[in-house]
Amino acid sequence: MSANTLDSLDAAYVQPKKRADMRNWLARPAILYLIVITQAPLILSLYYSTLSWNLLRPDRTTAAGIGNYLHFFQDSDTPAIVLNSVVFSLFVVGLSLVFGMALALLLNRQFRLRGLARTLAITPFLVMPTVSAVLWKDMLFNPEFGLISSTLAALGGPRIDFLNDFPMPALVAIVTWQWTPFMMMILLAGLQSLSQESIEASQIDGANLFQQFHRIVLPHLTRYIEIGVLLELLFVLNIFGEIFVTTTGGPGIATTTLTFNIFQEAFTRWNLGRASAYGVFAVIFANILTLVFIRVIRGNTQGEAR
Amino acid sequence: MGGVLNVLTLVLSFLIFFPILWMILTSFKTEADAVAFPPAILFVPTFDNWFNAVQNSPYVDHLVNTLIITFAATLAAVALGFIAAYGLAFYGGKRANGTLMWMMGTRMLPPVGVIVPLYAIFKALGIFDTHFGLILLYTAINLPLVIWMLRSFMLDLPYETMEASRIDGASISQELGLVVLPLTLPGLMATMLLCFIFTWNEFFLAFNLTVTRAAPLSVYIASFKTSEGLFWAKMSAAATLTIAPVILAGWVAQNQLVRGLTAGAIK
Repeated sequence: MSANTLDSLDAAYVQPKKRADMRNWLARPAILYLIVITQAPLILSLYYSTLSWNLLRPDRTTAAGIGNYLHFFQDSDTPAIVLNSVVFSLFVVGLSLVFGMALALLLNRQFRLRGLARTLAITPFLVMPTVSAVLWKDMLFNPEFGLISSTLAALGGPRIDFLNDFPMPALVAIVTWQWTPFMMMILLAGLQSLSQESIEASQIDGANLFQQFHRIVLPHLTRYIEIGVLLELLFVLNIFGEIFVTTTGGPGIATTTLTFNIFQEAFTRWNLGRASAYGVFAVIFANILTLVFIRVIRGNTQGEAR
Repeated sequence: MGGVLNVLTLVLSFLIFFPILWMILTSFKTEADAVAFPPAILFVPTFDNWFNAVQNSPYVDHLVNTLIITFAATLAAVALGFIAAYGLAFYGGKRANGTLMWMMGTRMLPPVGVIVPLYAIFKALGIFDTHFGLILLYTAINLPLVIWMLRSFMLDLPYETMEASRIDGASISQELGLVVLPLTLPGLMATMLLCFIFTWNEFFLAFNLTVTRAAPLSVYIASFKTSEGLFWAKMSAAATLTIAPVILAGWVAQNQLVRGLTAGAIK
């Protein structure tokens, strides 16, 4: 064996280690970028939240301590707004879970045109939220010319101005239409990972359709449901465009959610200090949900061989 | 039984899709037909709305804004994210998981929680109402998604292939460009389509951080919120044109949508 070969062997041995050190740096630019863009504003938000700062009276900016946070609990509108957020998100997530489950079960069977049916059913999720909002507000819910309102009136029913007479149910209907495909896709992925053998085994044991669903399908889907519900909750709590376009939070504050209220506090009433404080609440709440979500997917990756 | 369920599935899917179909049909009607009831089922299609929607309107300006912002933010996120995904897939050690979870957390940050400082920073830096400002933010929103997605694709790669290229003396850039990139290209394309969809549709940040110069289509479409049955056909044409690219992208990438939506938690 010549010295030359030994050298190259040596090199092959040392090189990967040296490279590994370099490769540890590969993620640093992305991490740095995310810190600067997402965490820096968050720190600034904490600072702003302690200021009494209204852009309409910029000369009267003073320290407010925890005054902005306290105001949240003292404001007479707060209970209604919190309730709106809870009702809105729970109904949207609950309804899209039920409809998404039904659709996923239907689409999990082999038949011709299944691909077409799935493609059509996921489409609302792809539509730009402001387009969906304008489409439902004007072309379907408009009391004079809207298709749904006109059809109901033609069938002898009353002429309903949905977004005015039933603002929250109408808003829930629009957003459920948008988000049902999301839940359906996640549950369908879950159903497709369920082994056919366990279903067949239960059939041999004489389980009926309901027992199959209850004993085998549902337990298998639990994690998918958890992931779908938590993620949708996180997204739905942030919904803004649909509310802005359809009801602007009204009538009154009937459809004002926490997210929408922060927007109004900041850019309608220009109370930037107070909006920052409320924003901090929103961040804390989202972080709690995210932590739960991370625990769920951690459980997934540990419990299941990749 | 099976046949009935098949028909039911198709009918339900069609009903879900119907509002979109209705809008597309309206875009080919005259304004009078657009608000007619009972609705005109058989009508002579007109393309006037499509021309009106694009000409004599700021549509094209906003389309250009959307295109610039979407493509720049997608490419920037993929460029940063591809390298980071490789590092976190194979070299992050034990810390990689924590880093990934933290990145995930940044994506879950409610935009409304940082809108005030963003507004103040954008004003102070002179990037309010500019493409650049929105590109900065959308890149950061896309980045965790890109990293999660690409990392999960890279973990599926045959490790021996990469090891072999290294033993053959390939540099990091050669390994990434000549081995990893071609092997993950389908996944990379799907990831880019997802970024494209989310960025194209974003409204909250765009609405609060632009006025006219850099406002994308989502903001322009929202300005139709007060139209009371006068311009539905024209509005439908503009809206159809706006959602068409994303719907096509979504149909193409539908098998990857779940992986992207759950940040790789479900394949």
